[in-house]
Amino acid sequence: MALLEISALTACHGLLEAVRKVSFSLEKGETLALVGANGAGKTTLLRTLAGAHRAAEGRIEFAGSDVTNLPSHERAAAGIALVPEGRRLFARMTVEENLLLARATGRTGPWTIEAVFEAFPNLRERRRSRAGSLSGGEQQATAIGRALMANPELLLLDEVSLGLSPLVVDRVYRQLKSLMVRGATIILVEQDLNRALSVADRVICMLEGRVALEGRATELTRPQVTDAYFGLAASGRTEA
Amino acid sequence: MIWINQIVQGVLLGGYYALIACGLSFLFSVMRIVNLAHGSLTVLAAYALFWLADRFGVSPYLGLLAVLPAMAVLGWLLQKTILERSTRSGQLVPVLSTFGLAIVIDNLLFQAFGADTRSLAPFVGSLSYDSWDLSDDVSLGRLALITFLTAIAMLGGLQLFLVRTPLGRAIRATAEDPDTVGLVGINAGRVNAIAMSIAMATVGVAGFFMAIRATFAPYAGAAQLLFAFESTVIGGVGSLWGTLIGGIVLGVAQSLGAQLHPQGFLIAGHLTFLAVLLARLTLTARGGRLSAWIGGAR
Repeated sequence: MALLEISALTACHGLLEAVRKVSFSLEKGETLALVGANGAGKTTLLRTLAGAHRAAEGRIEFAGSDVTNLPSHERAAAGIALVPEGRRLFARMTVEENLLLARATGRTGPWTIEAVFEAFPNLRERRRSRAGSLSGGEQQATAIGRALMANPELLLLDEVSLGLSPLVVDRVYRQLKSLMVRGATIILVEQDLNRALSVADRVICMLEGRVALEGRATELTRPQVTDAYFGLAASGRTEA
Repeated sequence: MIWINQIVQGVLLGGYYALIACGLSFLFSVMRIVNLAHGSLTVLAAYALFWLADRFGVSPYLGLLAVLPAMAVLGWLLQKTILERSTRSGQLVPVLSTFGLAIVIDNLLFQAFGADTRSLAPFVGSLSYDSWDLSDDVSLGRLALITFLTAIAMLGGLQLFLVRTPLGRAIRATAEDPDTVGLVGINAGRVNAIAMSIAMATVGVAGFFMAIRATFAPYAGAAQLLFAFESTVIGGVGSLWGTLIGGIVLGVAQSLGAQLHPQGFLIAGHLTFLAVLLARLTLTARGGRLSAWIGGAR
């Protein structure tokens, strides 16, 4: 059975339908990359999945139960963790405090403070620093660590490479890779097509709130995705 | 020597102001709510203690055991019925709604207890006038000292609670970014209601000390609010230790003022408050430190 099953999901910003009747499902252990131009609805989709944004229509089923109307803190407790766009750390609190906060989900598992420092060794010596004083890479690592501290079954990553130097992005993705090897289920939004195609099992390209193209990362070619990205190939659209 | 005495008394008075301001400061630092009903709620707690003592002969100490939980429950209810809705509508709305709440409380108290001035001092033996003489000129009031120590314990305890406990961390995180805490599994509505309950319990303690050291009447809330406000602002809005310092600065200024001139007590306090406020605004205009000041919550 699919871990996540969303059907005809619509989410709005006021009158604007940012996500329009999106449906797909995700198996446990799968990595799905969401690509698409700015304003295609990727971030809104992730936020709606995490409960930070209200769904206008449709249904989100997670681990067999309907979570469409659950508030975000209950979804976090159910095992959905979002690394939000812009990281959204608690800037006045220390790195360690930011990580500890996620214990509020009440979920236990392999991810503890020590495990996070193991995965992101550069955070260890910064544990008592305020999150607001960290470099971009350190902040991103803290944000990912905070999401992991909730021991999620589904990890949602929104543009983790935004604003980071290529070197740091490589490091962040190396750590993500090791998560994926361990069987984590991940949905990630990524601007860099090559990276998205290389890390993900499956790719969904969004255009104006709709799924423009969906397929296995190995079977999709770069031109196919770019066409869908810019809305040039309506024929590439497949219904999930 | 008389000046030393004035300073000592001023510091002790400052402890009292800090105690009164504790709930106001906590609420602002946690929920960004300026609670204009703070003084009236303090008086309400005092009346509750008075009612228990006068009507049922319950000593104010035992009365606290009932009044503090009652204030906490009241805080929860206020959060759920009034504050949660008004904060959702913007930062100014809670100012209006708590102002209205203050008027309602004041008039209900007037309705229920009449205009008589009350005090809890008769119910606590000689505590309200006991003192230790340190020298001919300097004596420490026992109640003043207990008040001061309670202020330190309460502000320090709250500070420790905010820094060291999971709930305290959740409260700080919710204060900083109420939209994001949900993503890490924190129920912001619940955390705010708990914070409000804690704030109201401290208001109960403040009411207890106010009622023992002085007299109160239904409309006494505004004066309490004023000193609480001045302490909070002098100490830096939203900082708990700052509130203690602010209270002490205010208390010392007032008692030195009183020594200079019989009417200097209030004037010196208000002038100090205005001077600090002006200095802050000037600094802000020069260095853009508004966020450092207003957001200086710990």
